[in-house]
Amino acid sequence: MKKLLSTLALSLSLSAIAAENTSLEIYRSAAKQGGATFKDFSATRGQTFYNAKSGDLSCASCHTDSPKAAGKHATTGKDILPLAPTVNAERFSDPAKVEKWFKRNCNEVLKRVCTAQEKGDFMSYVLSVK
Amino acid sequence: MKIPFKFLLVLAILPLSTFADSGNKYGGENRGKPLQPAKINPKWQAECASCHIAYAPGLLPAESWRKMMSSLDRHFDSDASLTDPENKEISAFLVSNASNRWSAPTAPLRITESAWFKAKHDAREIAPDVWKRPAVKSPANCQACHVDAAKADFNEHRIKIPK
Repeated sequence: MKKLLSTLALSLSLSAIAAENTSLEIYRSAAKQGGATFKDFSATRGQTFYNAKSGDLSCASCHTDSPKAAGKHATTGKDILPLAPTVNAERFSDPAKVEKWFKRNCNEVLKRVCTAQEKGDFMSYVLSVK
Repeated sequence: MKIPFKFLLVLAILPLSTFADSGNKYGGENRGKPLQPAKINPKWQAECASCHIAYAPGLLPAESWRKMMSSLDRHFDSDASLTDPENKEISAFLVSNASNRWSAPTAPLRITESAWFKAKHDAREIAPDVWKRPAVKSPANCQACHVDAAKADFNEHRIKIPK
């Protein structure tokens, strides 16, 4: 049992290093379980998603056209730190926090939950911004 | 019978001071004292302050916070939902430190709708155009003028109204 656990831990940490992001891997597993149609995440699709308007809102409404730029909360005016980990290393580092904000913001912008595919595409785009 | 003017004056003032003492100031809608305990809850601070300042618990009565925390998925047109454990912890902090001078049966969700807020910010105190200035934007934006609002410091000697 102990051996199994340590092997599991090792393979998890190895895959985390390879993929560099735990959240992304969580969404990858979820997307795979969602059906055989899943191929991979796409940064290009993620970029389209980021800019797509639903009603008056898109991700870019608050996060600006560039994930590297600081944004402002539409109602309160509070500063929103950049999304891209390349300029804000804290981003995407806490899976619970990532999921919390996907839940809130998908509900607000799209009036529904996002699929694992959409979350992974979005993250792939934001992670690809250098 | 001639009643001395001074006595009439005392009579006129008496009900006001009586109200103040019996917790009926501002029609029973008064903010708490203190506004915030010395020891704050870090989760409350982190979560509430991710979109606006973490408004001090004493600004509203316990019932307001209960209503607020049970409708976070529709929080002033935003989804501010928390996980159940987070919600429980933050609710407990807000409720146990809510206004201790609120005797009215009211429970507004907006701090700006409370009688104490309106009295302190009426048109004689704050000219109506001040609220429209870009740096102020909204009466919910406390720290525009109360520079240290995030630390629950609303002392009137430290107000800076932006031009």
